[in-house]
Order: sequence, then C-alpha cells, then structure tokens
Amino acid sequence: MDEVRRPAGRSLKRITLDGLAATGGSAAARSARGRSGLLGIAPGRPVLSLLAFLALWWIGALLAADPQRLPSPERVLALAWREILDGALPLNVGITLARVLAAFAIAMIVGSVAGYLAGRRPRLNAFIDPWMVIALNLPVLVVIVLCYIWLGLNEIAAVLAVAVAKTPTVFVTLREGARTLDPGLEELATVYRLPLLRRLWWVTTPQLLPYLAAAARSGLSITWKIVLVVELMGRPNGVGFILNMYFQSFDVTGIVAYGLGFAAIMLVVETALLQPWEKRANAWRRRT
Amino acid sequence: MPGDAALELLIESKAFVSPAGLRHIILHDIGLTVPPGQIVALLGRSGGGKSTLLRITSGLDTAFEGHVRRPPGRLGVVFQEPRLLPRLTVADNLRLVVPDIMPLRIDDLLELVGVPGVGHHLPSELSLGMARRVALARALATDPHLLILDEPFASLDRQLGTTLAAKVADLARRAGSIVVVATHELEHALAIADRICVLAGRPARMEADITIPDRSDAASIASLRTNLLDRFAFLGSKRVAHPA
Repeated sequence: MDEVRRPAGRSLKRITLDGLAATGGSAAARSARGRSGLLGIAPGRPVLSLLAFLALWWIGALLAADPQRLPSPERVLALAWREILDGALPLNVGITLARVLAAFAIAMIVGSVAGYLAGRRPRLNAFIDPWMVIALNLPVLVVIVLCYIWLGLNEIAAVLAVAVAKTPTVFVTLREGARTLDPGLEELATVYRLPLLRRLWWVTTPQLLPYLAAAARSGLSITWKIVLVVELMGRPNGVGFILNMYFQSFDVTGIVAYGLGFAAIMLVVETALLQPWEKRANAWRRRT
Repeated sequence: MPGDAALELLIESKAFVSPAGLRHIILHDIGLTVPPGQIVALLGRSGGGKSTLLRITSGLDTAFEGHVRRPPGRLGVVFQEPRLLPRLTVADNLRLVVPDIMPLRIDDLLELVGVPGVGHHLPSELSLGMARRVALARALATDPHLLILDEPFASLDRQLGTTLAAKVADLARRAGSIVVVATHELEHALAIADRICVLAGRPARMEADITIPDRSDAASIASLRTNLLDRFAFLGSKRVAHPA
C-alpha cells in the first residue's frame, strides 16, 4: 500500500507547532520563539557580539584619548543623530542606495540573461568567455575612470561603471546555474509544448533560484562598495562624496558615522531580504 | 476528437557517437504505421532501444536517418522517471500542461490512476510508484491524440500494473488515441495491446510485429504468449524472477 511520505523536517515542524498551540505557550514554546527571533535570526549571539565590539571600541577610544584619531561610540552616535535631524545623512544614504539599486538591477538582469544564454549555448559561451575573463580581471578603478572619461562626470557614467564592474560575476554564477538545469524537465516542457513564458517561470527559473540568490547576495555587498568609490571620484553627493569631504578635513568621526550608518542599512537589507530568500531557494533544492 | 491520421515511423538507422568518436548503430530498419485507436506495445530487453524509439516518436530525438509523421494534435508522454516539478503540487503539475483543467477532472484522473486525494501534495511527499502514476495522469490530462508511455507500470506490482494498464487502454480506445507503450513485461503488453512489436538484436530491429485479432479470445492470447516466450526467451526472464 502506498503511503504519502512526509519529509522528516516538515513533520517535526508541524508537530512542534501543534504542540505549542495545545500548551498555549510552554517553556519549550518560549524557547522556540527565542531561538527564532526577529527576521528568523537567533538574537542572543549577534547582540552579544555587537556589544563586545562596542565595548572594545569604547576602551580603544579611551586609551587613544584622541577623538580626532579614534572617536568614542557616543561621539559618533551624536554626530550621526545631528546629521539625521538636519536630513543630510538620510538624503545622502538615499542617493547612494538609489545608485546601488540601479546598478545592481542592471548587473543582475544583464548578467543573468547573458549567463543563462552562455550556459545553454556552448558556441555563444566560447565566443563570450574571453570577454568575461578580461572583464573579471580588469581593475574596477579602470572601469570607473574609463566610464567617467568617455561619458562624463554624470549619473549614467556612475551607475554604468558599477554595473559593468559587477555584471561578470553575475554572468559566471548564472552560467553555472544554466549548465545544471535538469534536461529531463526541459524535455518535459518541450513535449508538452509549454509557451515560453510559462516554461521560463515554472520550469527554468525555479531551478536557477539558488544561483540568482547567490549572485544577488554577493553582488549587493560588492556593488555598494564600488558605488562609494564611484561617488568619491566623481559625484557631488552620496555617502562616498561625504566620506571624501570628511577625509579632506581628517574628520574621523564623520567618516565612521557615515560608513557605519550605510553599512548598517546594507546589513539590514541582506539579513532581512537576501539571506532568507537564498535560504528559501536552497531549501527547495535540498527537498528535491 | 483525434483525427484519422496515423503515426508513421520509418527509421533507417539511429546511431550514437561514443566519447571515443566511435559510431554505434542502435536502431536499424524499423518501420511502423499505427492507425488511430490502436495500442502498440513495444517489447524488448532493457537497453534494447525502446526508449530511444519512443524519444524519436515524441520528437525529442531528431538525429536519425528516416522520418516520423505524427498525427496532428495533442501529445501525452510518460517518461521512465516521473519528471514532476518539485515546487508544484500534484494538481499544479497537471495544470502546468493543461492550464484550464477543472478541479473535478484532476480528481477523476488521480482516482483513475489509483492515487486519489493527493492533489494538494508535493511530489517529494509521494512514493516513486505514486509519482509515476501522477505522471500518467498528467499525460492523460491533455486528452492526447498520441500517448507515449515508457515503462509506465514498472514500479507497480504486476496485479496493479495490469489493472491500471487495462484502464488506460480502455480510456484510449474510447478516445480513439494512438498509444505506443514500451515495456519489458509481457503480461502488461498482453493486457492492453492490440499489437505487439518486439525489438531485438544489436542493432535493434523489429523482430516481430503481431496484431492481436481478437482480444477477448483467451486461447489465442495464451497461444501468443507461448509463441513469444518460445521465440524471445528474454521476455520470460521477468516471470522467472518474479513468479505470480
């Protein structure tokens, strides 16, 4: 007799949730809630780690006794708060974030499409691969300088430089993903004559999700760092521009306030969006 | 309604090229014309070219010498593996190939193939035998003019396989569909087919092409069974290994 099988993990999860409902919040329930925490991240260890970092920073600042060289956390926070109140920090962070998202989106779209096609068509890959090898080994600084020289010190050049620098890594990741597509499912789509969009949406994309997630996660962290360099070199606003301003006056407090502020936002984006997405994409892969 | 066009296969040769560059001919001189409503069972050893012949029939393999003319209209295929999309429920796997299928029709098909009530399950929650039956339901959902089945009853016990084969055959006959089913189980072939073709030899050729004149005549079916077992001993190996 056939039985409907349930993966062990799913059954256990269901039993645990049922148990919680029945007991109305036992010690185990509180423990389970505590372990999951905000955004599905266990809260205990990261908070302790951050507190330890702040303590070390604070002790270091105390020992250095030179706010110009190493300001204390409260000095940095005070400046950041002032910048938030007068709108400078939100404005510049917003501008940088917009550039990051624009460049990231272009790199993901172009890199994914090109990588998919190269992974599926060996001849195209043989043609395009040398370009990608060159692009991967070209220093980002060269790309930025060339874009500014050819297109001028404008927004298009800035975003394009970042996108061009990031696209090859997305391309390589998605090319690998396209090579691992299950030929059996592709044949299934062929014999049942699935229309292109339905085929891409239901058959191809789910198999590429882990690769898209990996490319997105690594891509975002690289992209925002490149954006800061681009802004530092040729834009009149954004976090990179402000960092350059503070550097001109050797104001470490301002540099740390803006640097940590923007890093914190990107950390939230990564932990709240990209990490759960990647986890979900890979969970599906493990189930198969 | 299926048209009156037949399935025509003429394969002069089908070869594979090995990684060492050697050309191996695996199918040679195979001709088959199947009129609408006929069920053809392809019998042969494992690895004897049945699946390759079905891939050519379904249009997935076009690298051969010869030609195939498929009847116009819908195609239903059951591969050796279920090939269900793992993120979709069973019902959604059926909807993938027939987007406007009614929920009641899904239930009926799942009941027909012997897995009632699994529509909301994911493929990972099914046994292999159940998943293969869902794949059969998916193929039937298209109301195919040409139904191609590659060892569809392989992971079922003989009794269940024979019963399911009879149900599928009945459905196909009523719809006037052409069915080509590859199997190494002589009993499954005898249970459903109007015609039995045996692939044998290397390269594989059509060594027998027998039309069953009257399926209700138990004596002639028994005689055919004996005849086939005498001519092709490998057809009996399964019976010896798994006595009924």
